[in-house]
Amino acid sequence: MKKGMFSQYGGQFAPEAMMHAINELEEAYLYYKDDPDFCRELNELLHHYAGRPSLLYYAEKMTKRLGGAKIYLKREDLNHTGAHKINNVLGQVLLAKKMGKKRVIAETGAGQHGVATATAAALMDMECEVFMGEEDTKRQALNVFRMELLGAKVHPVTSGTRTLKDAVNETMREWVSRIDDTHYVLGSVMGPHPFPTIVRDFQKIIGEEIREQLLKAEGKLPDAVLACVGGGSNAIGAFYDFINEPSVRLIGCEAAGRGINTKETAATIATGRTGIFHGMKSLFCQDEYGQIAPVYSISAGLDYPGIGPEHAMLWEQGRAEYVAVTDDEAVEAFEYLSRTEGIIPAIESSHAVAYAMKLAKEMTPEQVMVVNISGRGDKDVAAIARYKGVEIYE
Amino acid sequence: MSRITAAFQEKRALIAFITGGDPDIETTKDLIPAMAEAGADIIEIGIPFSDPIAEGPAIQAASLRALTSGTTVDKLFDMVQEIRQSVRIPLLFMTYANPVFAYGTERFLQRCSDCGIDGLIIPDVPYEEKEEFSPFCKQYGITLISQAVPAFEERAAMIAASAEGFVYCMPASGTANSPIEASAEAINKLKHTVSIPCAVEIDNTVPEQGNAVIDCSDGLILGNQIVKIMDEHKQNCIPFVKAYLKRVKKNYSVQ
Repeated sequence: MKKGMFSQYGGQFAPEAMMHAINELEEAYLYYKDDPDFCRELNELLHHYAGRPSLLYYAEKMTKRLGGAKIYLKREDLNHTGAHKINNVLGQVLLAKKMGKKRVIAETGAGQHGVATATAAALMDMECEVFMGEEDTKRQALNVFRMELLGAKVHPVTSGTRTLKDAVNETMREWVSRIDDTHYVLGSVMGPHPFPTIVRDFQKIIGEEIREQLLKAEGKLPDAVLACVGGGSNAIGAFYDFINEPSVRLIGCEAAGRGINTKETAATIATGRTGIFHGMKSLFCQDEYGQIAPVYSISAGLDYPGIGPEHAMLWEQGRAEYVAVTDDEAVEAFEYLSRTEGIIPAIESSHAVAYAMKLAKEMTPEQVMVVNISGRGDKDVAAIARYKGVEIYE
Repeated sequence: MSRITAAFQEKRALIAFITGGDPDIETTKDLIPAMAEAGADIIEIGIPFSDPIAEGPAIQAASLRALTSGTTVDKLFDMVQEIRQSVRIPLLFMTYANPVFAYGTERFLQRCSDCGIDGLIIPDVPYEEKEEFSPFCKQYGITLISQAVPAFEERAAMIAASAEGFVYCMPASGTANSPIEASAEAINKLKHTVSIPCAVEIDNTVPEQGNAVIDCSDGLILGNQIVKIMDEHKQNCIPFVKAYLKRVKKNYSVQ
């Protein structure tokens, strides 16, 4: 029987050696997700450790300058460890603990998921090892040291393109080689079932809070919700609660890199096609023979050749829209939000800000848009300086 | 009787893996007949994939060598068609789901059938996802080989019940350091539940004498041993691969 399908996408395309652990995880998740003790413990962690609920901030200056829709920012950047990643990680590490696992492993791109995993592992007394593309360990050197400071061991991955996709490959291999005492904390809504569902369930709190907070502030639902998409965890978290509200436009912003007509892009929906990889049937950037394409984006967190299966479904159904945002546009938005609102967004989140700046002008002042600021930009400061030709090192 | 079934008659079958196009397609074309001559009973030809998530460093490197030399699925089909004139043993393709899917699953299996491929192994397609490929395999007479970890007894029995050709048994690495006797016991249990042969993949470079796992197996799968020889000797590999296969054949083919 096929499990974890989102229309034709999803499934469990995992090596046989992984299936035992995957089934064990599914069984544990189905039990604990409704277990009152588990839910209470997770809620406590989210509120008293991660700092939830995160603010929904009315960006008044941005709204006035752009002269269109009223813009709210969902401040996931204010969470402990500085990104939405902590929501999923606290859930999964707590689950792993309940399952009797002693060790967690994770892949990371920008380093935010790795830092979050190392943080939760430190808190819950688990061993932690993080796999990160060697290219990304250079782009995000500070996050490598941060993970080590938290007691994690960081493995630079030197296979393939040495970025996020290769980090996922290596973490999957590591899991298969030591599955008994180890849980793989997958960082996005991707991979074989049950991961896309587990990660989405732990992230959907973002959209639930947006609904409640906006109803309080404006007495209505948003007209549009925007989020950046790599694998798509912050986006699905922001979208999920609104999928059955047809009046709410859901807009995912992919990384176009140097442009969707160049080879240096990571825009999966714009340039990819259906394939089977990393445990799931979904959309992937690939060549005519199905070799996975080396993708590129200035943002290490969006530098991934696939997208979660639920996004592929939402795209196919036309329920969500996906747009591509270039490096240049993202960097401009990074600077814009910093100067206009005094908020330095992650370069990943800046992709959503960039599209918000275009879209707001096309909307009316009676309309409301919410932009998910999935993470903070402190980690990106040195890389942005280099992009602009300023040689500073962390 | 299919060629795969015949390969297991009255002997322990020697199943040897190489990556197609490693280091280039010409070498593979010469190597396959040489391997058959040296005693390989079945040859698994890996179609290189950019991201072989179920492989260790040796096969990852071989895949990269093959892709770098310009190997494509089409070139491998053409090569197999040519060598099929002289090579009589079963030939299997081993590759990931995406190269098959991207080629068009039906078109891929039709070409397999046309050029004389006997079976297909897709390591990222477990039991739960077989249906994506098995109807086309049936239609074109290609055996879809199932992989199983005998240590996961219930699951292995479920997989074996609908397996065809042979059961591709993998070591339970990553589970509590199971002693070799336990693995052998698990394989023996599995063998009681199925009527088709159980072949085991072994890690050791040179299989040890008196290895309990090998002793109870119907076939011996050399997963990365030849790939390592290829890495060392590249285009000059043939005499080394032949010598290795002859040695293993002599020591292990008698059941």
